[in-house]
Amino acid sequence: MSTPSVTTPSRWRALTHHHLFWPVAVLVALLLVNVPFTPDFFSIKMTDGHLYGSLVSIVLFGSPLILVAVGMTLVIATGGIDLSVGAVVAITGALTCSYISDQADQNALSGVFLAMGIGLVAAVVCGLWNGFLVARMGIQPIIATLIIMVAGRGVAQLITDGQIITINSEPYKLIGGGYWLTLPFSIFVVAAVVAVTVALTRRTALGLLVESVGGNAEASRLVGIRSMRIKIMVYMFCALCAGIAGLMISSNTSAADGNNAGLWIELDAILAVVIGGTSLLGGRFSIGGTVIGALVIQTLTTTIYTIGVPTQTNLVFKAVVVIVVCLLQSPKFRAKVFGAKGRGKTAAPAAPATPADAAPKMEVSR
Amino acid sequence: MAEPQPVLEMTGIVKEFPGVRALSGVDFRLFPGEIHALMGENGAGKSTLIKVLTGVYSLDGGTVTVDGKSVLFASPLQAQQAGISTVYQEVNLCPNLSVAENIFIGREPTRAGRIQWKRMRKEAAELVDRLGLDIDVSAPLSSYPLAVQQLVAIVRSVGTGDSDGEGSGTKVLVLDEPTSSLDRDEVLELFRLMRQLRDEGVAILFVSHFLDQIYEICDRMTVLRNGTLVGEHMVRDLDQVGLIELMIGKALDQLEELHEHQLRSDVGETLVQAEGLGRTGGIAPFDLEIKKGEVIGLAGLLGSGRTELARLLFGADQPDSGKVTIGGKQVSMSAPNDAIGAGVAFCSENRKAEGLVPDLTVRENIILALQASRGWIRPIPVAQRDELVAKYIKALDIRPANPEARVGQLSGGNQQKVLLARWLITQPQLLILDEPTRGIDIGAKAEIQKLVVSLSEDGMAVLYIAAELEEVLRLSHTIGVLRDRKLVARLTNGPEITTSRILETIASGEHQ
Amino acid sequence: MSATTKTPTVPEGRTASQASPVARLLGDRRLPVLVTAALFLAMYITGLGRYQNYGFTEPQVFLNLFIDNGYLLVAAVGATFVIMSGGIDLSVGSVIGFTTMFTAWMVERQGLPLLLVVPLALGVGAFGGFLMGYVIHNFEIQPFIVTLAGLFLFRGLCLVISKESISISDSSVSSLAQAQAQLGIGFLSIGAIVALVVLAVAFYVLHYTRFGRRVYAIGGNEQSALLMGLPMGGTKIAVYTVSGFCSALAGLLFMLYIQSGDPLHAVGMELDAIAAVVIGGTLLTGGSGYVLGTLFGVLVLGLIKSLIQFEGTLSSWWTKIATGVLLCAFILIQRAMTARKQT
Repeated sequence: MSTPSVTTPSRWRALTHHHLFWPVAVLVALLLVNVPFTPDFFSIKMTDGHLYGSLVSIVLFGSPLILVAVGMTLVIATGGIDLSVGAVVAITGALTCSYISDQADQNALSGVFLAMGIGLVAAVVCGLWNGFLVARMGIQPIIATLIIMVAGRGVAQLITDGQIITINSEPYKLIGGGYWLTLPFSIFVVAAVVAVTVALTRRTALGLLVESVGGNAEASRLVGIRSMRIKIMVYMFCALCAGIAGLMISSNTSAADGNNAGLWIELDAILAVVIGGTSLLGGRFSIGGTVIGALVIQTLTTTIYTIGVPTQTNLVFKAVVVIVVCLLQSPKFRAKVFGAKGRGKTAAPAAPATPADAAPKMEVSR
Repeated sequence: MAEPQPVLEMTGIVKEFPGVRALSGVDFRLFPGEIHALMGENGAGKSTLIKVLTGVYSLDGGTVTVDGKSVLFASPLQAQQAGISTVYQEVNLCPNLSVAENIFIGREPTRAGRIQWKRMRKEAAELVDRLGLDIDVSAPLSSYPLAVQQLVAIVRSVGTGDSDGEGSGTKVLVLDEPTSSLDRDEVLELFRLMRQLRDEGVAILFVSHFLDQIYEICDRMTVLRNGTLVGEHMVRDLDQVGLIELMIGKALDQLEELHEHQLRSDVGETLVQAEGLGRTGGIAPFDLEIKKGEVIGLAGLLGSGRTELARLLFGADQPDSGKVTIGGKQVSMSAPNDAIGAGVAFCSENRKAEGLVPDLTVRENIILALQASRGWIRPIPVAQRDELVAKYIKALDIRPANPEARVGQLSGGNQQKVLLARWLITQPQLLILDEPTRGIDIGAKAEIQKLVVSLSEDGMAVLYIAAELEEVLRLSHTIGVLRDRKLVARLTNGPEITTSRILETIASGEHQ
Repeated sequence: MSATTKTPTVPEGRTASQASPVARLLGDRRLPVLVTAALFLAMYITGLGRYQNYGFTEPQVFLNLFIDNGYLLVAAVGATFVIMSGGIDLSVGSVIGFTTMFTAWMVERQGLPLLLVVPLALGVGAFGGFLMGYVIHNFEIQPFIVTLAGLFLFRGLCLVISKESISISDSSVSSLAQAQAQLGIGFLSIGAIVALVVLAVAFYVLHYTRFGRRVYAIGGNEQSALLMGLPMGGTKIAVYTVSGFCSALAGLLFMLYIQSGDPLHAVGMELDAIAAVVIGGTLLTGGSGYVLGTLFGVLVLGLIKSLIQFEGTLSSWWTKIATGVLLCAFILIQRAMTARKQT
């Protein structure tokens, strides 16, 4: 387009066109909605050397979702999807807790670390399996990951013997429920995982190759990208993130519940990724957007609670958000609703195979 | 015999796309009981004309009459109802259904809403039988080879219009490149069916890249070039050289002089040696030797196997036969990785689908191939990356010279330069360029041609594919001539090689 | 391939039948259904041998498969339509849960007669499906996402009606629930009979109506179906409407079976339905499969449950694991079949 001159409107334009603008705007709006109902919404108090406040608890409760959504972002960027993360959360929690509960001294650091290691290895194995089915066997991601989604909870219950295993381990409690430097420890875990992910994708060439594979698979093959490896790696990473989230959830409750831990988290995570501006068709991804998307979902839950709407309408709100976000992302919907602007361009060559020259970034047809 | 009434008449057809005028005032007519060839090179407007005719595109000007009545098709369905049916190269049927269902779906015989399977199978069998085909109509379509599926598609389109299977509702049958992946026997069977339908009075519009087939089956032909009509001829009145002249657009003697460019005469030792390399349905086995610093031009019409040859040399398609040695070492060529590792680079003619990642920036697209060869763990250092990208943006004059711009927003010429930069950065030994100058403006065209010359002077081997013969002739040390999926001749460029000489070779299919 | 010409020298044998026996077997689209049926038989016979002293030989054990899984069969039949057309419906479980809640609330709290509530509930389910289909077709949004929103919406509406379970004491409901049809060797419940009727209707629709064949055509190749002039949009929307209707009907049967409405009824049942469809041999990519296969898929899942009950020492989560393993096996069989077809 034309070179933007530095005037206020064009700055505003640049701002509104930034890929994080809308997610951030939604988040800020949601936060502001709370103020009339809870005037001290933004205040943060220090009690017993711990920081408390609505903002802190949003991040705290949203931590597992952020973790899962960050891993999911990379999978979606390759043009895939991972439905098995909820089951992986359950398996990891179950394995780790059952190992700790078998220890004579549940507070022994070495035992806790070993237990976490076992849980995470199991998670990564699940990811490897998903990646193998998708990349090597060429099975559609949605189908391939359905297998662990169905069987995984059974496996988790098998591990816990159908019980809810409760443990009493101080070191393990730290991950999901403890405090460090006045803040919930889980915030540090999330920060570390996000930082590692950003470094892994943007400091190496992984991000570029992932976006290339998701953006144009055939072109990627023709420049010699080994997309099979990339995909397997990404599914393993996604499962690892889910595993860490599983540790966090089980640590927070000091219990492993094979049936309910991480229930629906795959759907929330996909939603967070979409709100964050990553297209479900793959290609460009934004880790920052995903984090904000996850926070939007968590804030929505909190907001519904604070403004006094019965909590049970939470899901209805969520459904509305999904629909609105998806409709806004659909080029067809925009063309139909926002009228003739888009139509002139897209209507002419509505040919089957060849997308028009001016075709925008997303085409939903396949 | 009095001049019969045309069943279809298109006059002054205009079709525009943003920035392009695909058809400017084309006239076209079709008589009942004839097989009519529509000829033209890439971008001549053939497929646009067909899509206008079959209701896929709406037209921006001109009139279409069927049986003297003016019509306007808004969808393929309307065209079908008016008796115009189309069979595409990629069969548009449902492979999971039976042959009979594919023939009848959408108009199955029913009684009180219940499909009468027996009657449907019987009628389908009768229809197939009447057309002289031996196909088990109750078998699933996918159990038959592509050629038979194509015949079924024709049966369906002939049966369209009335469900009793008697007579045909179809007046015009459009066959868009039906033969491109058929073997000889299959083609003969298709031709037999086409002749039978012609004799029943159907007008058939036939598109094929195989000149021999045109001369074998067609009665009349219409030639398009650059969106305009250049002639309508009886096939028997126009020989192959004349036809190619019409399609490519220069009379032979006018082309003789364009030949002043001085090529580097001393090409180096052998770089690439292909022996018996081939792929069924792609290109017949061929031998090709490429030397260091040599530019090999491929001449041939669209669909003659130019692209297929290039793709085999890059491992983009897997060869069925033959072997390739590069720099003395045999390369397996089972995937592009193998070729890239051996120093081969390939710019596809299909920039959008096979080249660019449109969402990524210019910078990212440029470094993609180099990065892929380094693997994900070793990113190109930022300073080196920016320097490389800046260097190539400058050297190739990519505009806007902004490495952050999304590549999807660049013009065609600049996109092509980005793809060139992507491969030049990897410093390949052999650069394959498939129609690098198609669809880009004249300035960018000249720049790319100059670049090819200077690369060759630096010792890089280039395999150059272009539709324009002068372009090939001007740049190449050696010219490979292709026809009907075969490499038919290999001419060493010199004063005696002219475009007319190449044209004759394409037309006759043999080295003289 | 001169075999395409009608010449006296060419034998009747067609290209299709000239392949090797293995390839021919893999190419037969009935194979998955046969495998599932054989699996069911093998499991049943194993059960007969293993638990003959525990009453497994009673014919009623077999009939109970229909009684205990009737609602799942109805839901899976709806899912079969959607999957056959190449789509997916994640809202099945939520619509079932919502229907139980809606019916219980209407009958118990509002005191409306069951006769009025039933068509209302079915209408709501079908309308929900219609809306999802409309959005999927008109705005070209992936079915996965749209039906995910449906999942949230209906589960949310459950909770909006009530957070608590509502038990149903209405006399017409309990008499319906207890009604039995004697068959000589045993009996079937109303729910089981309705499920079998639904199955029969679905079979007829898929095989003997133009709509049914369009569902197959769209699943086989959507682009082609469009170019062949089939009304694609209507078919797509209808498919989701059918699925919504079947889910609501399954919800009614579930309510009869369990005699309560609960906001957490049938959580995740869409997975069972999808698994039954896939195990029944329908390609998840669409276009190939039989609704009778879905019956066997449901029966296999049901039999796993009852075998685990008879075993006694095995716990319920083995059901999920066994389902997952079967799912995996059938997905790999499907993959082998489609890979063969592409070459």
